[in-house]
Amino acid sequence: MKELALHILDVAENGITAGADRICITVKQDPAENRLEISIADNGRGVPEDVMKRITDPFYTTRTTRRVGLGLSLFENTARRCGGSMTIDSEPGQGTRVTATFVHDHIDRPPLGDMAGTLMTLIYSNPEGDLVYRRQSGDGEIVIDTKQVRKQFNNRPITDPDVFRHLMKQMEQIKTER
Amino acid sequence: MGKMTIDDLKKIKEQTSEETSLRHGAANVKITVHMGTCGIAAGAREVMNALMAEMGQTERQDIRVMASACLGMCSSEPNVTVAVEGEEPIVYQHMDANKMRQVFRRHVLEGEVQTDFALARG
Repeated sequence: MKELALHILDVAENGITAGADRICITVKQDPAENRLEISIADNGRGVPEDVMKRITDPFYTTRTTRRVGLGLSLFENTARRCGGSMTIDSEPGQGTRVTATFVHDHIDRPPLGDMAGTLMTLIYSNPEGDLVYRRQSGDGEIVIDTKQVRKQFNNRPITDPDVFRHLMKQMEQIKTER
Repeated sequence: MGKMTIDDLKKIKEQTSEETSLRHGAANVKITVHMGTCGIAAGAREVMNALMAEMGQTERQDIRVMASACLGMCSSEPNVTVAVEGEEPIVYQHMDANKMRQVFRRHVLEGEVQTDFALARG
């Protein structure tokens, strides 16, 4: 994956497949600690214990269409390669949280990339669900919450042209970044 | 207004049923962007973003877009399936933003299957 935003899209899609209707993505940049932390939390059905043991094994998947499952193993590898790690916390029936950390200025760290593209794809492909994005850095915090956006428009669907345009406008504050 | 004829009534019936089906969101075309790990790594997000932009420009209300998991044909990703009501679904392969725009305008809007990019029928 060329960007961390693509890993985020991939992991968040897992949450949608697991029946989540709320996904929270947090990107925290801590310049003092030279650390970047990404967490993707969903309220889907969670991961059963036996699956959890093998979840980052690239040759393990619950799918039957193919015999490999690369999403989480790739993400874990990227984190480790950049002096960080990845953890998965899951409560069956409650949801799952995937957290990955990176040394911020590690030479192998892929750029965060086009987060706006990732968020719009997630929102558009799962219009019934809600998504919260938090971007925390030394400059402050940016929060985009689709529930708040829909509230402003009397709970019209997110695919309604006016709501969608408003959302696109909000995305302008997220820049493609290193 | 003169007397209503049977034809007038038929017209009203057709118009109403058309409007109702739009309101209830009947989907005549379903576009699926396959977004497994393989699809995402190969560029499915850019395909989806191009599709969203095209959707924003059309007046058509009967087109549904969805993301789904990997098809099992990872080497031909990004794959997009276009299913027009009453026709066999077409799977397109090696898609990018430009090909997506072409498939949307020619196949989805005008019904002309883009065989150059097609992987399979059905």
